[in-house]
Amino acid sequence: MSPARAIWKGVVCFGEARVPVKLYSAVEDRRVHFRLLHREDHVPVSQVLVNPKTDEVVPYAETLRGYRTEDGRVVLLDPQELAELAPEPSRDIRIHAFLPLGAIDHRWFARPYHLGPDGDPGAHAALCAALEETGREGLARWTMRNKTYAGALRLHQRHLMLISLRPAEEVVPVDALEPPGGPELDRKELSLAHRLMGLLEEEFDPSRYRDEYRERVLELIARKAKGESVEVEPVPRPPPSEDLMRALEESLEAEQSHG
Amino acid sequence: MAEDEEESYVPQPFWSGTIAFGLVSLPVDLYVAHRGRALTLHRVDEDGTQLRRRYFCPRDEEILSKDEIVRGHPVAEDRHVVVEDEELEGIAPKKSREIDLRRFVAVSDIDPMYFERAYLLTPGEGGVKPYRLLARTMEEEGLAGVATFVMRGNEYLVAILSEKGILRAEVLRFADELRSPADVGLPEPAEPDRDEVRRFTKEIRGLQEDELDREDLIDPDDRRLMDPIREKLRTGKDVVEPASRREPEEGEAEVIDLMEVLKKRLGRESRDEGGRDLQAWTREELYDRARALEIPGRSRMTKAELIDSIEKATGS
Repeated sequence: MSPARAIWKGVVCFGEARVPVKLYSAVEDRRVHFRLLHREDHVPVSQVLVNPKTDEVVPYAETLRGYRTEDGRVVLLDPQELAELAPEPSRDIRIHAFLPLGAIDHRWFARPYHLGPDGDPGAHAALCAALEETGREGLARWTMRNKTYAGALRLHQRHLMLISLRPAEEVVPVDALEPPGGPELDRKELSLAHRLMGLLEEEFDPSRYRDEYRERVLELIARKAKGESVEVEPVPRPPPSEDLMRALEESLEAEQSHG
Repeated sequence: MAEDEEESYVPQPFWSGTIAFGLVSLPVDLYVAHRGRALTLHRVDEDGTQLRRRYFCPRDEEILSKDEIVRGHPVAEDRHVVVEDEELEGIAPKKSREIDLRRFVAVSDIDPMYFERAYLLTPGEGGVKPYRLLARTMEEEGLAGVATFVMRGNEYLVAILSEKGILRAEVLRFADELRSPADVGLPEPAEPDRDEVRRFTKEIRGLQEDELDREDLIDPDDRRLMDPIREKLRTGKDVVEPASRREPEEGEAEVIDLMEVLKKRLGRESRDEGGRDLQAWTREELYDRARALEIPGRSRMTKAELIDSIEKATGS
């Protein structure tokens, strides 16, 4: 793989310290991409905005943005006002707190970026060492392409990584939900479940999982491109286990006999 | 700020299937654990009418309905291979309606860069007891079940984990979707200057906090946008009053918050489809349900056929 191109340049700032960095996406898109087509003539479709009352297409340039209040009023904002409200462009990746590792729960993580040195490799190396010694991760804010991001600045394989975080409003607050309830769980079933799980425990080895389906899809496309037809069969869904105890006992036996 | 979605209605599960733990089978529904943004700006015309997004064929210059659209993979300039949803589901591995938990790993072993997005799991009919058993056991062990499964034409790597008795499916990135520092071409960190490390460490200690404050993750862009909106509401400038009390438009059922649906689904002992009869659902809702169940041929079904096949698929 050839070295990746930096997607952005910034400066990590905390207190008086400034560390110039380059951002590289740590994610590579490997999905099979589809376009939406008009079924009849296979022309790729575009999206338009339509007035639902008249069914007329409204050109993008003539549209405004509207904020709807709960009582049904609509507040209009024009493109110029929105442009004025855009965040100030800045190169700063400002760290406003350093938290113990683990304080940022994985529910918040959105997208990882590698940070490489931009110029002076010394400051970069010193920041890596300082994060290592303190065992902390930084809570960052920065503005990239007209959008403000929050992120976690942390170490990954002795290198700097910045993982963008989701805005507070986007994450469903699990604390506000009640788990399914019912009578006390059976002790014997619980202990069987623990034993079965123990037998299936292992180290997390991500290289062990492959997207085999992606390959099948590509194969299907290749076959169809040659004009072959493809049969389709529905996939049934298994029924829930009625006798939990028996299912657990049998699973445990099967697992143990595998060694 | 977020672009608005199509019409909103009762949130439907994203996927319905079965979790297998040994020979224990547990029917579940997956709901997205991430909501839209707090502040939504709609695309409107100058009268404040909310515009709808529609697909459009540029050659025929006509607006298309969902039924008139098909997925195509580009194979050459101006040439696509058409692939139906049903074909993608048809080549899925046999057990595609199942997440088979054959491996359990310590939750703390999974690097944060793997986490892509989350779904909350609610138990399906007859699934409450195995749901509670699995949730409790995983939480006590600090383990997550890791498996791959196919949903809507993509294979997903998921970690099923439990927090406070609620099961969650965290979609993980595959290893080959992630770049290492070496892939990106980063040099090994140089030997740091000790004085600089001390200086940085001191700055870090000065900014130390113990906990993440949810407030710190509130989007400042949204917050800033609210100022002019409040000002306009106060003065009445650029505010469109509703012509009358707004009646829900056809196909636009009452909006029920995702949290309400989750509370109901986690709370009930048996499946009741949110307390609503399938007959009362809109075609859009039925279609989404059929999609969650991956019912073949759904795009060409009538409302009655959709109801019939949903009932068959869920055994109700």
